[in-house]
Amino acid sequence: MSTKIGEEYQSILDNANNLRWEIGEGFHDSLMESLYADASEIAGKAVSFKGLKPKYDFDRTIDKIVTSKWLGFPIMFLLLALVFWLTVQGANYPSRLLSSLLLDTIHPVLKNFSLIIGVPSWLAGVLIDGGYLAVAWVVAVMLPPMAIFFPMFTLLEDFGYLPRVAFNMDSLFRRAGAHGKQALTMSMGFGCNAAGVVATRIIDSPRERLIAIITNNFSLCNGRWPTQILIASIFIGGVVPAHLAGLVSAAAVVAIALLGIFLSLAVSWGLSKTLLKGEASAFSLELPPYRPPRILQTLYTSLIDRTVFVLWRAIVFAFPAGLVIWIVANVYIGDLSLAEHFIEWTNPFGWFIGLNGVILLAYIIAIPANEIVIPTVLMLTVLSTRLGDIGAGAGIMFELDSVTSTAQILEAGGWTLLTGINLMLFSLLHNPCSTTIYTIYKETGSIKWTTISTFLPIIMGLLVCFFVAQFWFLFSGI
Amino acid sequence: MTNENQCINCPVHNVGNLVKLGINMEEFDFVVALAGNPNTGKSTVFNNLTGLRQHTGNWPGKTVTRAEGAFSYNDKKFKIVDLPGTYSLLSTSTDEEVARDFILFGQPDVTVIVIDATRVERNLNLTLQVLEITDRAVICLNLIDEAKRRKLEIDERTLSRELGVPVVPAAARQGAGMQELLKSIFDVASGNYICKPHRVSNYPKTLTKALDNLISQIGLVFPSLPNARWVALRLLEGDQRIIDAVKSGELGTLLKDKAGVSAVSE
Repeated sequence: MSTKIGEEYQSILDNANNLRWEIGEGFHDSLMESLYADASEIAGKAVSFKGLKPKYDFDRTIDKIVTSKWLGFPIMFLLLALVFWLTVQGANYPSRLLSSLLLDTIHPVLKNFSLIIGVPSWLAGVLIDGGYLAVAWVVAVMLPPMAIFFPMFTLLEDFGYLPRVAFNMDSLFRRAGAHGKQALTMSMGFGCNAAGVVATRIIDSPRERLIAIITNNFSLCNGRWPTQILIASIFIGGVVPAHLAGLVSAAAVVAIALLGIFLSLAVSWGLSKTLLKGEASAFSLELPPYRPPRILQTLYTSLIDRTVFVLWRAIVFAFPAGLVIWIVANVYIGDLSLAEHFIEWTNPFGWFIGLNGVILLAYIIAIPANEIVIPTVLMLTVLSTRLGDIGAGAGIMFELDSVTSTAQILEAGGWTLLTGINLMLFSLLHNPCSTTIYTIYKETGSIKWTTISTFLPIIMGLLVCFFVAQFWFLFSGI
Repeated sequence: MTNENQCINCPVHNVGNLVKLGINMEEFDFVVALAGNPNTGKSTVFNNLTGLRQHTGNWPGKTVTRAEGAFSYNDKKFKIVDLPGTYSLLSTSTDEEVARDFILFGQPDVTVIVIDATRVERNLNLTLQVLEITDRAVICLNLIDEAKRRKLEIDERTLSRELGVPVVPAAARQGAGMQELLKSIFDVASGNYICKPHRVSNYPKTLTKALDNLISQIGLVFPSLPNARWVALRLLEGDQRIIDAVKSGELGTLLKDKAGVSAVSE
């Protein structure tokens, strides 16, 4: 029975094959023509212009400016810089407020309470000095810049600016042998690299899609913006007069973001000339009309979708990371804790590339989420320099009330302008977070490409930091 | 065939296949798919109907995967699936495939086609392709406010008559037209409104002959297929996914007539 049915199925296919020869070429075209003719006829019946067609097209005028040859890129950079400047300027005060509340007020209360009810000190240490402080730190450091940055970015997106960015960047990507839509997936990566990797589905060609996936990590993600903004305010903003500090640090963050875009193009070019050879394919991109952003709704969705989502993720990863930090800082082998062993052991190498052992350890602890790099760095710095009088003892994330005191800690830990710059570079160029790595594996289904996507950026990061450090040493005469 | 009996008894005719597509159908009466060109506001309509907050954005290609939500109307529970925006169902990129496979193999009870009122003609290309596949559709004529601003007048009754399905003008960003859309979805899903979808027919003669030949053969083997003509067209084009579906007999088990709602044949 089943074979007979199978034969019937096959005979349909055979018949279709024969008929396909009979109708000959141009079949697809005539199908499409019929379709278009019907669509045009129906639209002609149903749609009419009331009065005169408006002569003045507002959208087109804006498009002429924001996608013009000369003004397109400068406008892009200025918008980006404006967003960061507002973020840097606006985040400081709420940050201070939050840290004084979460770190100066609630933390001691929790500690005292645990003493009163007689919690063993190791347990109080692991939970309160480890887990709680890590979470508190993440909230204090991350929440204010995110709550300012994301809504502004979302407003631009809602307004319809992103496709114009893609339009501007298209020729650059094409020359790099990549797909023009990569500009869109790159922009998604500025929010979250895992989301950016999923978004590459809009690219049809597998070759160009792989390029877009591998290079997505060069877009600074949510978890890395706060690191960039904080370090830029401390080290870059710190070397210029106070009234310029905000502007200069915003410029530094823009520079890192642009470096990321540049590397994205350069690596795309390299890949399309070596591992993923081929020509760029054509595509059409519709420039949507500008729509007045719905401010309230945008604020709401960006708060829910991005700010709370990212913050929640950071908290979920920060708590266990806090436990780990407390443990590595308080389990001793000989005279030194585990963390100190590692830091001492990697310090020479770290110094060699303009970083230090603390940063290297922090990046290992922060593989699950980039968001917790800064808190981890701060805590490990305190620990390794034994700044007992500032914090509450080894291995505790202590109370800091502003950017200035964060700076004091880092400087006491032997940080220089070079460390700051290289940390910003390393934050741009290191392995993707574990979520992104997993997403890349799911999307490509290939261990080979996942491995390349993971190790390519970190190798580049180490090289870039090395060269910057060597130049620095050469010119500063160390 | 026990499978067939289950299908007839079920409120949704192709539960098995929806389950295969990853949809939990136990608590739902109807499945609604949202299709349309990129950046016509499908996700905004989706959010409006479900009260969810799918991230929306003003750029084509924002939705690349299927998002799912639910709402209830007139005591019926609806599952709604937001499909990626596509310009056609004929090409083969992943996002277009997601949309087409869902409309064809998932056989939603209603497909809502969201079209941009400022670009009706271009949007009709996809609309007509969707109407080739499915018998039960509702057009959501979205962004009607923008069309008005551009002094475009769209006669939705003419559009509805030409296309053979309900047309609901809407401005989803402002939430306008959503009640009417819900009612139309309900009417089509429950069979109160019988769609007579427009089918493209002005093909050249040689093609019509070949088509008729193939359609009658398909009709013999898969008598319950509601869109034999579309399948024939796809086979003539050499569409691998459809060829495979014929070869494995998947088409036959899939497209059973729906109890209660009469499929209107051409």
